[in-house]
Amino acid sequence: MKPTSETDVLDAVVAAVADETRLEIAGNGTKRGWGHEVVASEILDLSGLSGITLYEPSELVLTAKAGTPLRAVTAALDEQHQQLAFEPPDFGPLYGAAPDAGTIGGVVGCNLAGPRRIQTGAARDHLLGFRAVSGRGELFKSGGRVVKNVTGFDLSKLIAGSFGTLAAMTEVTVKVLPQPEKIRTLLIFGAGDADAVKAMSTALQSPYEVSAAAHLPAEQAGRSSVSYVSGSGGSVTAVRVEGPGPSVEARLAGLRQQLSGYGDLEELHSSNSRTLWAELRDVAPFLSGANDMIWRLSVPPMSGAEIIADLSLPLEFRHFYDWGGGLVWLSTPAGKLNAASRLRQAVMETGGHATLVRAPDADKRETDVFQPLSSGGGALTARLKDNFDPRRVLNPGRMYRDL
Amino acid sequence: MGSANTNMSLKMPEVDTSVVSRRDDIINRLRQIVPPGPLGEGVIDDPRALRAYECDGLSAYRQLPMVVVLPETTQQVSKILAYCHENGIKVVARGSGTSLSGGALPLADAVMIGLGKFNRVLEMDFDNRCVVTQPGVSNLAISHAVAHRGFYYAPDPSSQIACSIGGNVAENSGGVHCLKYGLTTNNVLGVEMVLMNGEVIRLGGKHLDAGGYDILGVVTGSEGLLGIITEVTVRILRKPETARAALIGFPQVAAAGDCVASIIGEGIIPGGMEMMDRPAIKAAEAFVHAGYPLDVEALLIVELDGPQAEVDYLIGRVQAIAERLGATHFRLSTSDAERENFWAGRKAAFPAVGRLSPDYYCMDGTIPRGRLPEVLTRIAEMSKAYNLGVANVFHAGDGNLHPLILYDANNEGELEKAEAFGSDILKLCVEVGGVLTGEHGVGVEKRDLMPTMFNETDLNQQQRVKCAFDPDGLLNPGKMFPTLHRCAELGRVHVHRGETRFPDLPRF
Repeated sequence: MKPTSETDVLDAVVAAVADETRLEIAGNGTKRGWGHEVVASEILDLSGLSGITLYEPSELVLTAKAGTPLRAVTAALDEQHQQLAFEPPDFGPLYGAAPDAGTIGGVVGCNLAGPRRIQTGAARDHLLGFRAVSGRGELFKSGGRVVKNVTGFDLSKLIAGSFGTLAAMTEVTVKVLPQPEKIRTLLIFGAGDADAVKAMSTALQSPYEVSAAAHLPAEQAGRSSVSYVSGSGGSVTAVRVEGPGPSVEARLAGLRQQLSGYGDLEELHSSNSRTLWAELRDVAPFLSGANDMIWRLSVPPMSGAEIIADLSLPLEFRHFYDWGGGLVWLSTPAGKLNAASRLRQAVMETGGHATLVRAPDADKRETDVFQPLSSGGGALTARLKDNFDPRRVLNPGRMYRDL
Repeated sequence: MGSANTNMSLKMPEVDTSVVSRRDDIINRLRQIVPPGPLGEGVIDDPRALRAYECDGLSAYRQLPMVVVLPETTQQVSKILAYCHENGIKVVARGSGTSLSGGALPLADAVMIGLGKFNRVLEMDFDNRCVVTQPGVSNLAISHAVAHRGFYYAPDPSSQIACSIGGNVAENSGGVHCLKYGLTTNNVLGVEMVLMNGEVIRLGGKHLDAGGYDILGVVTGSEGLLGIITEVTVRILRKPETARAALIGFPQVAAAGDCVASIIGEGIIPGGMEMMDRPAIKAAEAFVHAGYPLDVEALLIVELDGPQAEVDYLIGRVQAIAERLGATHFRLSTSDAERENFWAGRKAAFPAVGRLSPDYYCMDGTIPRGRLPEVLTRIAEMSKAYNLGVANVFHAGDGNLHPLILYDANNEGELEKAEAFGSDILKLCVEVGGVLTGEHGVGVEKRDLMPTMFNETDLNQQQRVKCAFDPDGLLNPGKMFPTLHRCAELGRVHVHRGETRFPDLPRF
């Protein structure tokens, strides 16, 4: 089904509720592989709901129908030198989809966030309001079009990252921000994982307003299309500084001083910076083994490298770090599920979570995609689902098998 | 709201007399759970002592709580809630009692849980850039605890010296630096909370984002309706290297509005950007002598923070914008003392306005910035119609407007008039595309205005979130929602295919 209006979406869900059928919610389907297989009678394809309905640059706000291509949003923002500051990644290629094909609704539904997450937040932090049809077959709205808003429960947070399991979004309103005038990246060559995490923590504790910090072990660095990175022959730690020209220069000089003890330093200018951070954001350039399973770990920044070291993973496992060490991307050969429980256990001990972002369906049947729910949180999650989608109409089983 | 006496025109949930009649038993049971300790009494039941809890920052509404209990541990909170849950007793949580919307207004048949004894910062983790704290610690105390390493906690509500971090999470508090650094919700990483049935859960931690539903996100700003927070983890930031502020005066409000839009339009996000109108300027200047010009209609304080090189560069650009738009006054702070003096006037604007009038009523709507001149004109018209003065202070960067309505509660009917004026202002905010409350919360104050912003379906879906946490509606009832529906009723699915607008719609 491909509705073209909000009313059509409402009618489609109402019909599914009445007929006790199930719907898979999709935009352009670029990230359908994220989550368990959904057993549904039909796909509710929201890509027909497309178009920017409001964009006021001086108010830093944009409203778009949920199926609007992300590239259309980005193009409109580019014209005004603005951006979605949370740097939504393009994960399509991770799942074999065409690049640059995702929708704004998909970005919100998966609560995406790129390297700038540590400074400006994720999609959840930029979603000001939305309209959606719940699994009860009711059209509702939440939030508004202004940043400062505490009127009622903040359902924007709940809907962001709910993977279409609570409601089918029809429209989203997001906060937008100015693009930085200038971007520079400081590279540190040759640091091991543990030292790199220390270097990133030093940079992030400095007053120099670092907007991203990532670390590529030697093999991943070798895959970058930026020659300064791939040509170094060893590991590369990257620290990004953005802002007005004079400020960027001054902060880089300060960072150089603070980080000189960690290895040889090099600077990337705007164009190379953009390329490198887009690669890091999209992940696929570094972890692209077609059949590998890909894990995404969100942990306290100082714990990521420790987890990797303690797991003493076999050589065919690959990884890199973003978010100053707090985000670990890990690829393992398909079928190597014996590492999954050890990994989940190690991550759980830090309070964080591990998501099996990509895996062959056979492997996903054997393990959980999302971090298994603790007793208390699990019951709450089920009750929330019950209160939005009591008949389990929307994306049943996508996040948790029995929901 | 000034010093007005109890005026319970507000309709609160019906008092459960069967609970009130068991008051002595309840007090005894609470004393068993929280005996007196080194930090003082565990349970307060003396009417004179209870008086300290009868209202929060919205002092027009007062109600003695049935009993106040002051636990020290999560386990005690859990036992209190489990007991109240089993016995159908309502519960109201209270931090420092600084809410301006009546979020901590007691109920005659409810146990009030005061969290003041949860007053310790538990961990300062600079490497992971976060602080773990108990909820009763004040907002400012967190910044003080990490100041020796050059860090601070960014959200800074003006009550920050007193307001508790647990209360900040409950209200999703803001402050003057939200535009650049976000609200509480953007700065909280994790909480430990106790659900109404006594269950203790942890949400988030020292990592970013949720592994499943973002329950922490919906708990933040839930005004004590979903659970009681017993521990908070917040992110801390390195203090900006330097900060400078500019005082910019304009002969028309519209030009000041254009200046704000142009600064943002040119890609500059100031640390703080505040506006005051003529009555607010006059009151603040008379009170603190901040050096504000008195011959302007609107005054902006624009603060830029960050590395020295950035601040110097951006100040130059802000000055150019201001001059282009016809600013008649432009003064830059040349020292931190002078910058703080600029802010002193703004931060004292409420008490300064309070000197002009026996009572004042502080409103808190948000509007799209561009609608400001129109909104101020209409507020001035209402001011004439109601024959009540008004002064406006405005977080101009993020569109959060605080009109201060001047009235005298001793004059018969004037409080009601001030409330009606306030409601009209908030309805106007919604009409121009804004919202009822930017940072003070709905509480009891804006509860009955919720339907101006949300229809019944919207409100019911919000209440279903409460049903997931507190199906019996025992936590802080009477706040946020004009009508609390029973969860069983909300859970029913009424939809039938035959009732849809287009029952015969082909399947696309």
